[in-house]
Amino acid sequence: MSFLRIKAMARKEWIQIRRDRLSLAMAFALPAMLLIIYAYAITFDVDNILTVVYDQDKSSTSRDLIARFAESKYFSIVASIDSYRDIDQYLDSGKAKVAITIPFDFSKNLHIGRPAPLEVVIDGSESNTATIAQGYIAGIAEAFNQHQSIVPVAPVIDLRNRVWYNPELKSRNFLIPGLIAIIMSVIIALLISLAVSREWDRGTMEQLISTPVKPVEIVIGKLAPYFVVGFADTVMSVLIATLVLRVPLRGSVPFLFLVSAIFLFGGLCFGLLISIGARNQLTASQIAMLTSFLPSFLLSGFVFTISNMPAVLQGFTYLVSARYFVSVLKGVFLKAVGFHVLETEVIFLALYGLAIFLLAVKRLRKRIE
Amino acid sequence: MFERIWYLAVKEFIETFRLRRRVFFIFVAPVIQLFMFGYVATMDVNNVSTAWLDFDKSKESRELSRRLEASGYFTIVARPASSKEIAPLVDGGTVLLAIEVNRDFSKDIKKGRPAQLQVIVDGTDSNTALIAMNYVNQIVTTYATDIGVPIEARAAPADFRQRIWYNPDLKSRNYFLPGVIALIVMLTCLMLTSMAVVRERETGTMEQLMVTPIRPLELMLGKTMTPALVGFIDMLMVTMAGVLWFHVPIKGSLPFLFLSTGVYLLSVLGIGLLLSTLSKTQQQAMMASFFFFQPAILLSGFATPIESMPRIFQYITYVSPLRYFLVIVRGIFLKGVGFSVLWPQVLALFVLGMLIFLFSALRFKKRLE
Repeated sequence: MSFLRIKAMARKEWIQIRRDRLSLAMAFALPAMLLIIYAYAITFDVDNILTVVYDQDKSSTSRDLIARFAESKYFSIVASIDSYRDIDQYLDSGKAKVAITIPFDFSKNLHIGRPAPLEVVIDGSESNTATIAQGYIAGIAEAFNQHQSIVPVAPVIDLRNRVWYNPELKSRNFLIPGLIAIIMSVIIALLISLAVSREWDRGTMEQLISTPVKPVEIVIGKLAPYFVVGFADTVMSVLIATLVLRVPLRGSVPFLFLVSAIFLFGGLCFGLLISIGARNQLTASQIAMLTSFLPSFLLSGFVFTISNMPAVLQGFTYLVSARYFVSVLKGVFLKAVGFHVLETEVIFLALYGLAIFLLAVKRLRKRIE
Repeated sequence: MFERIWYLAVKEFIETFRLRRRVFFIFVAPVIQLFMFGYVATMDVNNVSTAWLDFDKSKESRELSRRLEASGYFTIVARPASSKEIAPLVDGGTVLLAIEVNRDFSKDIKKGRPAQLQVIVDGTDSNTALIAMNYVNQIVTTYATDIGVPIEARAAPADFRQRIWYNPDLKSRNYFLPGVIALIVMLTCLMLTSMAVVRERETGTMEQLMVTPIRPLELMLGKTMTPALVGFIDMLMVTMAGVLWFHVPIKGSLPFLFLSTGVYLLSVLGIGLLLSTLSKTQQQAMMASFFFFQPAILLSGFATPIESMPRIFQYITYVSPLRYFLVIVRGIFLKGVGFSVLWPQVLALFVLGMLIFLFSALRFKKRLE
């Protein structure tokens, strides 16, 4: 292995990257765009649930109850209706997700001490919103009942909830750290998948082979400049996440970047492996997209909890390197944990990178010969 | 004129299905995506790994832990002996939830004092945390009611009877899978259309086509027929797999689903043509499709409700054909509603599709001349 040849190779590649302005612009614009969209538009926080009220009772008690819904930020009352038919209409068309019916004898029942039923219809098609709405309704119901009871009753069980790491339960804090892993996987795979297939396409591979440069030197030389671009991308994403989007970064920053570097190396080697095997640039980027985006999005635990998946798919997740990086990112950002907790993940990432690197070198050697 | 369009369409049809790779992309990739989404994309919260720290070890605390596990929402995976052991369990992600029962839990219950129960939740995954907390609340409240003071002694409470419509089991699969139709039809057709046009340009056969008497509009129609057909087939495939394999209910009318898919395709094919005028190579066309697709899904209400987005993003969703089509497919599948309820969406989709198609037709014509 000669350092000089690697350097020359890297320099040639660097010039090529710089010439491809479009891809380079994409490498930086896309992460920024995705981070912003995810941070602002994708939220699992449920508020402003569209609600209609059918108040048959029209008493001060029922108005007090409705006010409780209106004042909580979770519900927004879009209309008062006066027939059951309207409930159908509002829910069918999606103009409301919750309909509350307060019957004629509601306040009368409460005053004479009889249980006063009232009916809440929830649109279950958005199952997640519906589940959370149920919880909020239960909360309002409890507060209302406490207020209504003449003699204050001490609760039988005093339940105290404490939320760690993300006390306001903001979904942004949950999504953004993991998203960095997804973005990196896709960008890296797309960029580098063209690196070798381009040479096949243009026939310059023959020229490369006729020089004294060795396969391992080609691989390292090709990797180096993309590594720089990828690392710059990571730094940019972390900066956007913390400074613009205000996601807390509680753990060690050097550790974060160290693991990012290991992950980058593995991702780049994987892209290179695709690129070596592909016949042309089109095939290379098609394969890169298919193998990087779907698995890292669905099987990394980024949004969808791995322990909820069927066993076969859970097995697959162990092969997705983003899985390890996602848990490192979430751990460092939110839990402030370091190597002693995340050592398995880091070791896996390192081994994965090394294995793919050796495979890429072997594959290239075979294709050249 | 029809003859010319027909000949071109036949040529396109043959060309599209000649490559085995493309056939794979058209028919197998959607099935893989559907299965991944069907099995992975679930926000349902089950089997939350729980640590149970019981200082009381009484009949009461055992009953509570039994109820937690019997609910199916919680699995007790650790029984630490001291509070100090909780932090490592939560940090390392072994448990998501830890419940600590005070030494005097049963004594307090018997004496009628509020018995303390401490719950610690890992808030990293905000959605799961919130739902898990709600479940604990429900279970504890039910338990407290069961063991607590007899009902007559308490002030009569307002009894909220919740009913869930459309998706009574609150399965997130029923919410996601109909949306996957919109997703797959868009991704497949977008790429097919944009690449079909660019392919001619890349291989230089565009000139040959232009010396034939075919007119730009005829060329456009001929080029979009095969993708449209594929769109319908993919829609049908995903629907069948969803209904037969995943048992997603389809309550509405199938002909209406066909009709609205047709209207939806108008926009999708229009966008595909538009992207083809922007790209020089097939690879660029593919990238462009992918990068259009990303924000298009995120800003459509596919994963999260539009009402929770900030105002400005809500406005952007109005120009997304996905937004309207998602309401339509979910309406057909889950709510069983038809044209009488969904006509605003169909109309919006039609107008949007016509505008997009006209705009890209103009651009397309200009590019050709």
